[in-house]
Amino acid sequence: MSNQQTIAASEALPKKKLDLMPLLLVPIMALLAYPVVHDLPTWATLTVAGIGMGLILFLVASGFTLVFGLMDVLNFGHGIFVTLGAYFGASLLGNSLLMNMGGSLTAPLAAWYTADDLFLNMLALFCAAGFGMLVTAIIGFIFERLIIRPVYGSHLTQILVTSGGMIVAEQLILALWGAEAQPLMKPASLNGAILFGEMAIEKYRLMTMTVGLIVFAVMMLLLNRTKLGLLIRAGVQDREMVEALGYKVKFLFVSVFAAGAALAALGGLFWGMYMDATTSSLGGSMMVMIFIITIIGGMGSIGGAFIGAILLGLLTNYTGFAYPIMAAFSSIILMCLVILWRPNGLYPVSKR
Amino acid sequence: MLNSLFSGDFPRSRVLTAMLIITFVGLLLTPFIFPGARAMNVGAKICIFIVLVAAFDLMLGYTGILSFAHTMFFGIGAYGVAIACDKLGPDWSSVLIGMGAGMVISAVIALVISLFSLRVRTLYFAMITLAVASAFHILCSQLGEVTGGEDGINFMVPDLIHPSTQLAEPFFGVEITGQIVAYYGLFVFALVVFLFILRVVNSPFGRVLQAIRDNEFRAAAIGYRVVVFRSISTVLGSVIAALAGSLLALWLRYNGPGSTLGFDIMMDILLIVVIGGMATMYGSVIGAAIYLIAQNYLQDLLKLVQADVEGIPVISGMLHPDRWLLWMGLAFIICVYYFPWGIVGKLRMRALGIK
Amino acid sequence: MKPPILKLENVNTHIGPYHILHGVNFEVPEGGLTMLLGRNGAGKTTSLRTIMGLWTASQGKVIFEGHDITELSTPEIARLGIAYVPENMGVFTELTVRENMVLAARDAKIDSSRLDWIFTYMPALKKFWEQQAGLLSGGQKQMLSIARAMIEPRKLLLVDEPSKGLAPAIIQNLVEAFKALKQTGTTVLLVEQNFNFAKNVGDTVAVMDNGKVVHRGTMAGLAEDEALQTKLLGLSLDSHQ
Repeated sequence: MSNQQTIAASEALPKKKLDLMPLLLVPIMALLAYPVVHDLPTWATLTVAGIGMGLILFLVASGFTLVFGLMDVLNFGHGIFVTLGAYFGASLLGNSLLMNMGGSLTAPLAAWYTADDLFLNMLALFCAAGFGMLVTAIIGFIFERLIIRPVYGSHLTQILVTSGGMIVAEQLILALWGAEAQPLMKPASLNGAILFGEMAIEKYRLMTMTVGLIVFAVMMLLLNRTKLGLLIRAGVQDREMVEALGYKVKFLFVSVFAAGAALAALGGLFWGMYMDATTSSLGGSMMVMIFIITIIGGMGSIGGAFIGAILLGLLTNYTGFAYPIMAAFSSIILMCLVILWRPNGLYPVSKR
Repeated sequence: MLNSLFSGDFPRSRVLTAMLIITFVGLLLTPFIFPGARAMNVGAKICIFIVLVAAFDLMLGYTGILSFAHTMFFGIGAYGVAIACDKLGPDWSSVLIGMGAGMVISAVIALVISLFSLRVRTLYFAMITLAVASAFHILCSQLGEVTGGEDGINFMVPDLIHPSTQLAEPFFGVEITGQIVAYYGLFVFALVVFLFILRVVNSPFGRVLQAIRDNEFRAAAIGYRVVVFRSISTVLGSVIAALAGSLLALWLRYNGPGSTLGFDIMMDILLIVVIGGMATMYGSVIGAAIYLIAQNYLQDLLKLVQADVEGIPVISGMLHPDRWLLWMGLAFIICVYYFPWGIVGKLRMRALGIK
Repeated sequence: MKPPILKLENVNTHIGPYHILHGVNFEVPEGGLTMLLGRNGAGKTTSLRTIMGLWTASQGKVIFEGHDITELSTPEIARLGIAYVPENMGVFTELTVRENMVLAARDAKIDSSRLDWIFTYMPALKKFWEQQAGLLSGGQKQMLSIARAMIEPRKLLLVDEPSKGLAPAIIQNLVEAFKALKQTGTTVLLVEQNFNFAKNVGDTVAVMDNGKVVHRGTMAGLAEDEALQTKLLGLSLDSHQ
């Protein structure tokens, strides 16, 4: 008996290989781009801009990929949370709060936001982002109940219904805010760039990068160091078993869905600010990039979404500079190459 | 005779038969009973969308493939004719060259996409096709020299189908112009292509597609090469979409990114196929007719209603004529939930006594 | 005699268009180990999944400790004290052995004396405590899956074919583990194909065929009656030795 136990115990356990290859893709892409751009300051500026854009994309993609991983739900309407985040920001920080509703209210935070004071600017931004994220999370909660809850299990119906939900939500935004684009200014004290030699880095980029990195770090900690994170990771892999252990996955899922919506709203706010304005199609136009990131990263993988988002951000900036016409197709080519290398994405999530 | 015309796949519901006859007669007589350019335009668009949606239903309803690149092929066909007529002159040979080129290019691209991604899950296919289609859209908006960029291409068509051509004496008070010829050409074309697709889905090939849709593993186990069948279905659907695009370009004498490639057109197709009824073919006819008439006249209706609620915030915003899509979208969601088989499916079930 | 801890009354289950269980009736007496035997496709796994609420019975009742649990959700059923070890083991391969156990302990902290007791039967788990569960061998994963069900005292364990695909030496380990578990008074409902295994640990037995229970009795009784075995299971004991 004890003899047999030792057999079972002494079997050598294969070492877990830390899979760093996908991580290397980021510096590889940056290095490959250098001969094309051929100018160090420009290259550095593009690289920083690409990483900044990637981090914003990550904010949006993270919720999408987790929702898919956890409940096998493909939310084609995820972009609406992006749009909402930008609109809430525009309403709170600018002067256009629901003008269509007959009011000409002055946005409460506008004065702080336009003051020449970094602290006040940031405070206003923080309040606007927080409020927007909260409200979007609630809307996400309702969206899940109304639109997604009835169609668990059927991908086709999910795609149809969430696309429909997106149309309706976009139209409601237009009905509430009007058809005009909503101006969305960057914080007054973050206009302009910091110069490192000849290399210019926009201050605004630095801010969004910092926030993006903090969110990523918090998310990684949450997923790897807390019981909630354990449950999410376990649920992505085998939802049924998590339920059989006595946890309500549906509740877990709704929470993740709402949190994903909130992060998308933050991404939308940053993205809209970067464009200086937002329209009702802001989120819809971002969905394609989110799909590409999710496919590149592996559906359900946060780490994969992070690398995928940064790769896409870099690529878009490099090609946008060197071959603008190819900008749209270059991301498709990147996606195809990744699929050829790893058909289930950079970090495939093993399912039952 | 009828049996072979409809490939043995009859409407199987009296109400549906009546609706189809009304649609058929309505489209047939549009130039005479609804005078004016607008009605004829709606009629022509219905004919084109019947073909476009029937091809989409071949893929979605009968094969279980959700391709978001359908509009891309629609656009390729339209650009084919537009570019050919623009560069080679407005004669029939350039129309044929444009159509042919559009269809061949579509076939090749569809084949590449299918072979590349039909092995992966349905979801991947949907997302990949959406990404490719949107990249194509952007590319067409940027390649100004070839595609006319955002402005698109206005081009001349052969005299026979040009609206300013006067062909015969007025008939029942309607001038017989090139536009009338174009309309009936379109009508016949759409009818023939529709009956062809109907035949395809009711052929042994179509049965295999449905077997694959219902149970991929079983179909593969029986010995059908799933990827081959799916690819053929995708290529066929895409080529027909290109054909529909060519027809649209000829009718409008124009093509641009907005008229064939927009994501809103993809949503139109989805709405029509769901409202009409997936995997029914006749659904594309009923769906296209109802949807396009609603699209064109719902705005008029909203204009009337909005006048009454003028000044009430939110409500008047929601009833603004430009917000017609809001109501279509709501109808769509309700449709997916409560009538997942669409109008045609519902009518057939009622005819069979199934609630 | 104590009332049975679990009772299935005329349970019918449909999976999609397929009717799998056609009126299953059996009882699991409290304490001891009940075997659920039968050929492939007889409906054993479906029965366990129906008890666990992973499929819902279309007709009939599942009664646990006198309460009707047919309509409860899976997490609710689990929290009544039923643990489930599925056929595929349901190990979270991306998580470590420890993390798997933490989730299984639910709201409680892992009880270290109970863990030590588990380790005596499953030393591999101790050795690879902080390793990723996906790296474990098949037998070790099975151990982990059963250990998860044992880490907190549960009233009833549902175990689906634990011996599947395991080497005989490891199966012997499993037998010992189940015997030890029986001594703690835990009730176990065990689905098995391996008759030898069943004979070694089972107290009572129910045999299924075509979605119904066709025989109920003691394990010892069935083990002695070779004719009955051949009739019910379609194979003689010899073929499994």
